[in-house]
Amino acid sequence: MNGMLWLFYKELMRFLKVGFQTVLAPIITALLFLLVFSHVLEDRVRVFENVPYTAFLIPGLMMMSIIQNAFANSSSSLIQSKVTGNLVFVLITPLSYFELFCAYVGAAVVRGVAVGAGVFLVAVSYVEVPVYNFWIVLTFAILASGILGSLGVIAGIWAEKFDQLAAFQNFVIMPLSFLSGVFYSIRSLPEIWQDLSRFNPFLYMIDGFRYGFFGQSDIPVAASLTLSTAAFAVLSIWALILLNRGYKLRQ
Amino acid sequence: MAPVPAVCIENVHKRFGAVKALHGVSFNIAQGEFFGLLGPNGAGKSTLINALAGLTRADRGQLNIMGYDVVREYRRARMSVGVVPQELVYDPFFTVREFLRFQSGYFGVAKQSRQWVDELLEVLDLTEKADVNMRALSGGMKRRVLIGQALVHKPPVVVLDEPTAGVDVELRQQLWFFIRRLHQEGHTIVLTTHYLEEAEQLCERIAIIDRGELIALDTKSDLLARGIFRSLHVVASRDIESVPVKVRDKVKAVHGCSMELRLRRDSDSVVEVLDTIRGAGIDVRDIHMEDDDLEDVFIQLTRRSPASETSGGSV
Repeated sequence: MNGMLWLFYKELMRFLKVGFQTVLAPIITALLFLLVFSHVLEDRVRVFENVPYTAFLIPGLMMMSIIQNAFANSSSSLIQSKVTGNLVFVLITPLSYFELFCAYVGAAVVRGVAVGAGVFLVAVSYVEVPVYNFWIVLTFAILASGILGSLGVIAGIWAEKFDQLAAFQNFVIMPLSFLSGVFYSIRSLPEIWQDLSRFNPFLYMIDGFRYGFFGQSDIPVAASLTLSTAAFAVLSIWALILLNRGYKLRQ
Repeated sequence: MAPVPAVCIENVHKRFGAVKALHGVSFNIAQGEFFGLLGPNGAGKSTLINALAGLTRADRGQLNIMGYDVVREYRRARMSVGVVPQELVYDPFFTVREFLRFQSGYFGVAKQSRQWVDELLEVLDLTEKADVNMRALSGGMKRRVLIGQALVHKPPVVVLDEPTAGVDVELRQQLWFFIRRLHQEGHTIVLTTHYLEEAEQLCERIAIIDRGELIALDTKSDLLARGIFRSLHVVASRDIESVPVKVRDKVKAVHGCSMELRLRRDSDSVVEVLDTIRGAGIDVRDIHMEDDDLEDVFIQLTRRSPASETSGGSV
C-alpha cells in the first residue's frame, strides 16, 4: 500500500471512528425528513406520472445527504488538522499535492456514498423505490461526492476557524442543496425561479441522480452529466492549485 | 570525493510581509554531526527548520538534505529527514500505535517498519501506552511519540525543534540519552534549543542565528573561546576586608574569604591581578579560573538574555 492509500485509509478511519455522528446521524435525519414530508404531502403532491411523492422524495434526500456529508468529510478533516496543528504530520511526508487531493476526496466519496446507500436501505423498508439504471445512480452519487469533496478541500484550506467553515456550510451548501429540487421538481416553480434554479449546480446532480431511479427528469440526463462532470473538473483543478501552491498550508 | 553534506543551506532568504525572517543564511552540516541551532525568539530558527521540512518555501536560495533539493526533489529530501515539531500536536482520533503506523505508511515503509514501530515504542518506553488514545497521554509521553514519528522511516537526518521545552528534568535526561544514542548510531542530529546548557553538553558545532542572519558558526570549543571574559575565583586565608583600588572595577563579588573577579581575556593579566591582590596584603590560599559558558557567549553575540525568551514558533 503506498503513501496515498495510507492517507486515504486514515481518512476513512477518522470518520468511521465516529460513525454515529458521521454515518448514522445523517441517515436518521434523512429518515425524519422522509417521515414528515411524506406524511404531510403524499396525497397532495405528484411530480412524476406513476411515482408516489414519497418515492420521489427518496433520491432527493439521498443526494442531499451525499452532498452534505461529502463536503463535511474533507472540510472538517482539514480544518481540524489545521486548528490542532497535526496537519504538519501529513505535510512533512513525501506525499504529492495530487496524492493529498486523491486521499481527501476519495474518503469524502466513500462517506458520501455510504450515507446515501444507508438512506436508501432504510427508506426501501418504508416505501418501494424503483431503480431504473443502477449505473446512472452510482455515477451521479460518485460525481456529487467528488464535487463536494473537492469543495470541502477548498473550504477546509480557506477557512482558518470552525466558524468560517460553519458559515460556508450554512450559507452556501445548505441553501443550494435545499433549493435544488430535493423536495420538489423545478417544473412546479414559477418561471423566474425555474430560470434561477438552473444556475444552481446542485440541481443537475439531483436531477440526474433521480433519473437513475425513475427514468424521468426535468433536465436531459446527458446535460446533467456534462455539467456535473464540468463542475467536478473545475473544483478539482481549483483544489489542486491550492494544494500545489500550499495556500494557507505551507507558508 | 568528500561525502555530500547532510544539510546544505545556501543563501536562503524568507520574508513575511515586512519582516525579514531569513536574510542570506548559508551553512552546511556534515553527515554524522551533532549540530546546534541557537538564537533568540523570532531569530529565524523555526523558519529555517520549516524550510528544510517543506513547511515553508524560501523566497530565494537553496536547501538540500543529503544532496536532495527540498523543492525539486522533495520526495527524496523528505524521506531523508525526520522532524520533531516543537508544539505538542497530535491526532485525537488515534492511538499511539495507529498514529505511528499511519506515519510510516505515508512514507511508504509501513510493511518494513512494523517491527521497527514496536522497537521504537519499546525504546521510547511507550509499549504499555501503544493502544491508548493520544489524548490520554501526558505531555512527556506525547513528546516521545513526536520523536517516534520522526524516526518511523529511519531518516539519516533528524531535526529536533526544542525537544525538551517544558519537559521535566528526568524526562529531559532520558531524551538526551536517546538522542545521543541516535547520534552514535550514525544519525545527523540538528537540535534547536533554548537551554544553552543542553547545546553545550550535546552539540559538536553550533550556529547562532539572530534577526534572520547567521552571526556565528563554530565548533563548541571555538565558540566558547570567543567569550570576552573569564572569571578568577580567589580564596584567601582570612576574610577579605578591603579590595585594592587597582582591581576594584574587576571585582564581581566578595563573600567572606572568597572573591570573584571578571577579567577581560584580551587585556587583563591574571598574574598582574594576583600580584596586586597579594601586594595589598591578602594572603591567597587558592585560585581557580572559569571560562565564560555558552550562555555568556550567546548574550555577548546577540545582546539578549536567553532567560528572557519565551517559547518560539512551531514547525
